[in-house]
Amino acid sequence: MFKLFKNFKKKDWFFILLAILFIAGQVGLELKMPEYMSTITQLVQTEGSEMGDILQNGAMMLLCAFGSLLSTIIAGWFVSNVGADFTYIVRKKIFDKVEKLGINEIKKFSTASLITRTTNDVTQVRMAITMGANMLIRAPITAVWAITKIANKSWQWSTATGVAVVIMLITIVTIMTVVIPRFKIIQKLTDKLNGVTRENLTGIRVVRAFNAEKYQEHKFDAANTEVADTTRFVDRVLSVMSPMMYLVMNGITLAIYFIGAFVISESIMSDKLIVFSDMVVFSNYATHVILSFLFLAMFFMIVPRAQVSAERINEVLDEEITVTDGDFDDETAEVGTVEFRNVSFKYPDAEEYLLKDISFRAEKGQTVAFIGSTGSGKSTLINLVPRFYDVTDGAVFVDGVNVKDYKQKALHQKLGYVPQKAVIFSGTVASNIGYGDNGKEKPSEKKIQTAAKVAQAKNFVEKLDKQYNSHIAQSGTNISGGQKQRLAIARAIARNPEIYIFDDSFSALDYKTDAALRKALKEYTKDATSLIVAQRIGTIMHADQILVLDKGRCVGRGTHKELLKNCEIYKEIALSQLTKEELNV
Amino acid sequence: MFNGGPGGRRGAPEKVKNFSKAIRRMLAEIKPFYALIALAIVMSILGSILSVIAPDKLAEITDEISAGLVLNREKISSVANELITDPTSSSEIDGITVSPEDKTVFLIKMQEIQSELDGVTEFSREDAKKIYKKVDELPESIRGLIEPKMNFEAIRNAATFMVFLYLSSAILEFLEGFVMARVTAGFARNLRNQISHKINRLPLKYFDRNQIGDTLSRVTNDVDSVSSSLDNSFGAIIGEGSLMLGSLVMMFITNWIMALVAVLTSLFGFIFVALILKHSQKYFTMRQVELGNINAHIEEVYSGIAVVKAYDGKEVSDKKFDKLNKKIRFANQRGQFMSGMMHPIMAFTGNLGYVAVCVTGALLTMNGVISFGIIVAFMTYVRLFSSPLSRIAQAVGGLQPAAAASERVFEFIDEEEMPNEHDITNRVDKESIRGDIVFDHVRFGYDDGKTIIKDFSADVKAGQKIAIVGPTGAGKTTMVNLLMKFYDIKDGDIRIDGISTKNMVRSDVHSLFTMVLQDTWMFSGTVRENIAYNHSNVSDSQIMKICDTVGLSHFIKTLPKGLKTDITDSESVSAGQKQLITIARGMVEDAPFLILDEATSNVDTRTEELVQRAMDKLMEGRTSFIIAHRLSTIKNADLILVMNEGNIIETGNHEQLMKKGGFYADLYNSQFAL
Repeated sequence: MFKLFKNFKKKDWFFILLAILFIAGQVGLELKMPEYMSTITQLVQTEGSEMGDILQNGAMMLLCAFGSLLSTIIAGWFVSNVGADFTYIVRKKIFDKVEKLGINEIKKFSTASLITRTTNDVTQVRMAITMGANMLIRAPITAVWAITKIANKSWQWSTATGVAVVIMLITIVTIMTVVIPRFKIIQKLTDKLNGVTRENLTGIRVVRAFNAEKYQEHKFDAANTEVADTTRFVDRVLSVMSPMMYLVMNGITLAIYFIGAFVISESIMSDKLIVFSDMVVFSNYATHVILSFLFLAMFFMIVPRAQVSAERINEVLDEEITVTDGDFDDETAEVGTVEFRNVSFKYPDAEEYLLKDISFRAEKGQTVAFIGSTGSGKSTLINLVPRFYDVTDGAVFVDGVNVKDYKQKALHQKLGYVPQKAVIFSGTVASNIGYGDNGKEKPSEKKIQTAAKVAQAKNFVEKLDKQYNSHIAQSGTNISGGQKQRLAIARAIARNPEIYIFDDSFSALDYKTDAALRKALKEYTKDATSLIVAQRIGTIMHADQILVLDKGRCVGRGTHKELLKNCEIYKEIALSQLTKEELNV
Repeated sequence: MFNGGPGGRRGAPEKVKNFSKAIRRMLAEIKPFYALIALAIVMSILGSILSVIAPDKLAEITDEISAGLVLNREKISSVANELITDPTSSSEIDGITVSPEDKTVFLIKMQEIQSELDGVTEFSREDAKKIYKKVDELPESIRGLIEPKMNFEAIRNAATFMVFLYLSSAILEFLEGFVMARVTAGFARNLRNQISHKINRLPLKYFDRNQIGDTLSRVTNDVDSVSSSLDNSFGAIIGEGSLMLGSLVMMFITNWIMALVAVLTSLFGFIFVALILKHSQKYFTMRQVELGNINAHIEEVYSGIAVVKAYDGKEVSDKKFDKLNKKIRFANQRGQFMSGMMHPIMAFTGNLGYVAVCVTGALLTMNGVISFGIIVAFMTYVRLFSSPLSRIAQAVGGLQPAAAASERVFEFIDEEEMPNEHDITNRVDKESIRGDIVFDHVRFGYDDGKTIIKDFSADVKAGQKIAIVGPTGAGKTTMVNLLMKFYDIKDGDIRIDGISTKNMVRSDVHSLFTMVLQDTWMFSGTVRENIAYNHSNVSDSQIMKICDTVGLSHFIKTLPKGLKTDITDSESVSAGQKQLITIARGMVEDAPFLILDEATSNVDTRTEELVQRAMDKLMEGRTSFIIAHRLSTIKNADLILVMNEGNIIETGNHEQLMKKGGFYADLYNSQFAL
């Protein structure tokens, strides 16, 4: 966790220093008060005290109390700023880092985990810092200060306080060792409960169709009972805590007074009064000592959780960026060409190659298609073009330049990429189509409309109540899957790229839309090169060149007709989708 | 159409609509636990009474100790008188022998004191100290006579009684927690079960309109927050409330002037805390909202990272992130600062109360109205009175979101259920059904105003195959909804073997259909449980026979525990195998009608062939409704229903429809077009 503190700026360290000073001041004032209390006690006790003295001491005490209040508030201001700054800086750093990571590293962490790391984990550490700053700074100062004040007063009282501290610590540690592992169990059980509910909800039609309502309810009830039993147990163990703490605090006061009675009766007359006021003060300080140990114990309860979060954050921040920028951003000799030269790819730690020895060249305006079963590597292949991954062996050239030599921005400006699963951002239809930065000016309204028209999105967009300015919810939950896909394609068109990359982008469309879209696209982008990954033969049968992939190797290359004749795997795929007559074989 | 639900309520806390109504409802739902809660309340009140008596006893001890601090002048003068009567011989007073030498020393010291205090009418503190110094110089025997003595018997008794008090109040508090744990856990369990039962009594319409995440969060988050508030807020209000009330009563019994002083100063602090609470609430809400916003943005960027990279969207997303991050920084800082102020203010109030009590107490003691012990007792009363105040304030603050959560839970529980079917008495036996189905002028629409199926009639004979085709989003699920009676038709009739489905209970209609949908719905459990879903009387050999038929048996043999392998644990189940398992499940169900979604997505070609063969097996001998994706199925279907925009726009077989040259012909030909 301390590694993360390096992210604090000078200002934050200054704030922390100030916070420590103010907290120390506050503790000092806080501990000064019992002295005034004791004076007041003495004054009240002794015959012949002046009311004026009492008032004066009372006023001093109140002054201390007010000073302590002000110091706490000021320290709180600094601490809250440090905490907020920490979240601000670290969250920004993680976000920035994730954006720079390669797809490979992101997959390694998993998107969901990266999201938790950027949000929850940062919050966890912040809470530990703000709470910790209070506890970790205040408690030791208080404890040490209070102990020095009372250390030499009476060994009997000190022993009693020591015993109280030990009892309290044992109680806390025992309770926590019982409870903390069960917290984890409860979390797991809650996940299970969620799981059962989720499956009932997602499969609601199946549950009803199989008349399995009772079956699901029993399953839910079993999980529910388990959750209820465990929470009840944990709650019960936890309910020992508060009475025990009160018992210790009350007990120590009683013990000090009880012991005090004997100590006083044994001291000489002129000491009695002093011992008595010492007793009142001691019982006060003893409470401070016990409380500060309580806070310390609590702090060490929070630390492990925050530590886990901090480690998870550091893992992200320390991850090496494997895809680094080149420095080429000049004009290229060729335009719209993609070439793979003996490309092989495997994940850094994997043994098996996902792609082995792939070579092909796409000329300007050509369409190259890739087909093969799941896991054949076709998606991986085209992801090498925008450098989502880097090749293991061989090289990929765009416009005759190795993709590794490009500045990534310069490379990306040539490409229009459409993923398998449409990515839709919250915003408007127009902001989704005109998304990104292609080095030129933002696409005009007309350009956006043309792109939508080509992508077959015009019809549905214009039926929306605000047309191109219609609101799109996060992940596009307010439009259908096919509509999302069409917007994603329109986005690529609006970018005006030299090279289109369609990573299985047409599967979510029905045949009719698929065909219409490809026709419009062909007309609109006569000069653009297209790389298409597809599952349907119909989508690719008119491509200039088709590569058939199987287990990472290229097992066939040619046009539809050529492949039907001489590629067994291609023929197999084709026949599973269309009849012989339809294929005209 | 199923995406039209209200947007997710990401992070944003909802304001409670009707606070008192929500609380009343919550109280009504806790009814089964009233006895336990009453027990907890009684224990809590008893505990409070005990802890309120304790300071009084501590005051007793303090008074006893104080009695041993000051010299009693009358005692001294009486001792002096006795000693003076015979200064030369030793005498015995109160069992202590005083020697003549001791008497001499005593008389000398007394004279010294007298001379020093000559002319002083009132003792000052310094004077008192001087006297005590002299007293310490007296011989032991005399000191024993004149020094004040404590009543150790009384102290010991009081202390023993206090130990008893503290112990019993701790035990009572623990027992209260013990009982309340049962109440909260049981209450949460009841609520969850109610929701679980409710899920299966709601019409499908509800789930098509509401997001799953929304219902899920009611089951866990909302129930959790209701039950934990029951523990923290209700518990605190009861416990702390009785403590506060108890100390209030005790204070006024002990001394009303001091009580008034203590209450007024505590209220002063309380008002401050209430103000801060009210003000900081704003920042907490703001933080929740902003946290929701930034989480949404992060999720969006991370899950779409490939597009962000390929389109160089980093700058745009960074700009938005920075803006959101700044907002959250502000809310974080203010919220933290505000909530951090509560405790110091309460501590200050405590100190203020202390000083006020001490000053008033001193004033009253000096005038002889009260004893010092009462001041000590009040020091504790002030604490007992003021600390519950702040906790109650927090509890009331915590009740607000809990009420909002409970509103959401009860809103779900009170949702309108499917119409009950008590008046339908005749039951249908699936064994005796042949499998004819007639659609008689069916009209249907999801919303009352919009009819999407306008007038659909068809006569299907047992064993026939009906293909449903159309572009994505054409409303093919609507057919499933109507056949399965998931939704009720608006007009017309659907008759199975001549019996109107209106006169069948839903569970009977369901039992007549085998349904295999594109979503390969797997649930946690073993492979066997997934196949023999909801059928307890299926033998292993029957299941294996079915697995043979659909081509699953090889796969099952490769699993570590065969049929008993947990599906949740083994990620090795591919999409195709999942599809095969759903088909096997359909075979176990063995009903006269079949609804089948043919789509095979994300399946490699070889498995796809396997799946298709299994589907063909499943269709054998059943009246089948097939959401068709394969040309072979469509072409040899007895009837094709062509759907678009929710409506059935064409019906007929392949030849008829091709000849017609309409939408279907267009759709069919588009597969071969460029």
